[in-house]
Amino acid sequence: MIRNLLAFTLFIACGTGGEILISIGMKATGEPGSFRPLDLFRFLLKAIRNGWFWLGLPMMAISFYTLLILLSWNPISLVIPISSMSYVLGALGAKYILKEEVSVSRWTGVLLVSVGVLIVATS
Amino acid sequence: MSREHKVRIKTLLVVLVMVLCANIGDLLLKSGMTHVGAVEISAEGLSETLRLAMFNSTIWLGIFFLVGFVASYMTVMSWADYSYVMPVGAFGYAVNTLLARIFLHETVSLQRWVGVFIICVGVLLVGQTKPATVSNPPV
Repeated sequence: MIRNLLAFTLFIACGTGGEILISIGMKATGEPGSFRPLDLFRFLLKAIRNGWFWLGLPMMAISFYTLLILLSWNPISLVIPISSMSYVLGALGAKYILKEEVSVSRWTGVLLVSVGVLIVATS
Repeated sequence: MSREHKVRIKTLLVVLVMVLCANIGDLLLKSGMTHVGAVEISAEGLSETLRLAMFNSTIWLGIFFLVGFVASYMTVMSWADYSYVMPVGAFGYAVNTLLARIFLHETVSLQRWVGVFIICVGVLLVGQTKPATVSNPPV
């Protein structure tokens, strides 16, 4: 139980933190020229030359390995829904760190997603 | 078609690819890790699990899909809000529940279906907001 709780905490905190860092890196990279494979490849190459990406990636890697461990302990339809507790944390990060406009209907949607996830997680 | 509408369609399409890659990847990993067995937290236990996982083709296929997830995630994040992509991507829980029911034969309770329904309502609410609100990136 305690090891599960610790693993879930690590999984969520590193996942959200890593995603926010990568989001900063991707905004700095800018959009791909088109969706043609060559343009997409160039775009991804440009993205991985960004420092923010290399800060975010190790955090996402920790999150990923914790996920592997969690999946070996629990059924997938428990693990994945609980992981979306990070939605509220992510919206707060988006508002205060990434300075995104989180409108009332966006907040309502995020909260509904979390409530839905809690219901799923306790079923 | 307005510019905002085009951006929304483009964003939703890439999020769809992202969600499918993530869910198929997770499903393959779950199936592979079940085959490998429960992880024992000790030096020998972890290295034994890593060794077994490395020679498991289902796990590699799962990793391939998760790489596809990361690539599509990076692509959509280059223009769209994190607070848009993240909750809209939650519709993957509906996909996930369906996949777990159909392919892993896990029992899905009525309560879980209700939760999935509420998640979908939330996703629809976020989905109709403006996908990109930051004109000046923080960095």
